Amino acid sequence: MNPAFAVSVPLLGLISEPVSVAHYLVVGAILFVAGVACMAVKRNALGVLMGIELVLNGANVNFVAFASPYLQAEGGRSIGLDGQVFALFVILLAAAEAAVALAITLNFYNNHATVDIDRADDLKG
Amino acid sequence: MNTLAGGLFAMFEPLVASGLALPLAGVNWHTFFFLVFAAVACGFAVAVVAADNVVRMALYLVLSLGATAGLFFLAGAEFVGAMQLMIYVGGTLVLLVFGVMLTAQAPFVSIKSTAGDRVLAGMVGAALLAVLLQAALSVPAWRKPGAGRVAEPAATPIGMALVGVRVDAPEAGAPAINRRPGYLLPFEIVSVHLLVVLVGAAYLARAKRRKTPRAIEVAASVEPAASVAEHAEIGRDRSRGSSVLAGGRS
Repeated sequence: MNPAFAVSVPLLGLISEPVSVAHYLVVGAILFVAGVACMAVKRNALGVLMGIELVLNGANVNFVAFASPYLQAEGGRSIGLDGQVFALFVILLAAAEAAVALAITLNFYNNHATVDIDRADDLKG
Repeated sequence: MNTLAGGLFAMFEPLVASGLALPLAGVNWHTFFFLVFAAVACGFAVAVVAADNVVRMALYLVLSLGATAGLFFLAGAEFVGAMQLMIYVGGTLVLLVFGVMLTAQAPFVSIKSTAGDRVLAGMVGAALLAVLLQAALSVPAWRKPGAGRVAEPAATPIGMALVGVRVDAPEAGAPAINRRPGYLLPFEIVSVHLLVVLVGAAYLARAKRRKTPRAIEVAASVEPAASVAEHAEIGRDRSRGSSVLAGGRS
């Protein structure tokens, strides 16, 4: 393609180049930060849970990116299967965590008739 | 993909001739789909933070995690992508949606956070994002474009690694069943952990025979939102009292 055109329209330059690990790391960073903000801001207990899922997914994106042979440059080494297996473990543990956290949330809802976590101040001194 | 690119290019050839060139021949389709999935994943992740309605948040989360599965497929981790779709999107999020449905009484569907909280979280998030992006882009080896080595899509190496045998990347001088450790022990730990967690979750969430909270719940759904707060206060006091009574009896 015309190099001058690619310079004048930077997005097209982005499209024509192969993906690197850094692309995936940027996506993982955005997911992670969105999850952290979600955990900090939401007052609904289920919103906090969704933030945790986003954080775990950001970590998973990084694991998969480092494990991928496709994304490694010439001569670079990926961590190979280890990253994929870790991503699987993260998915499984996220499922377990969601089950327990949901049970706790439902219990809290049964006892307090709300899911607002600002109301969970029974232990406040 | 090349035929697709060629066909599209032929379609736009009059435009090329007229000077409105869409240089589709130079488009790397892998990168193009990566950008699409990345935009969907990141956009809906931000939408989860921005939305106040918990039902919409659940929908946005489903879309974001589905797009992440697409990113996994593009990175060559087909099995992980399939597991992401099956366990995460198909299991964990269905669980979350159940939670949303069980607790979505009118006052709790959208609990708004204060503007101060939002501004503070935005600042902290921007700072954290700056640090992470700087870390991600600072290593030259990670910024080199990928060489595009395509591994054969197969679940065999992962399955063998989970039962303790590593068939990938044999070390120098190693026998066919090589000496790198597999994941048999973590696999067992995770499976037992999952069992214990599910039993524990069923125990925690089981229906208890308490009449007071149920009465409050019905009252909260019937009466307007303003009176929910005082009912919750009453419920808290009663549950405290009943737990004291239970402790006294035992």
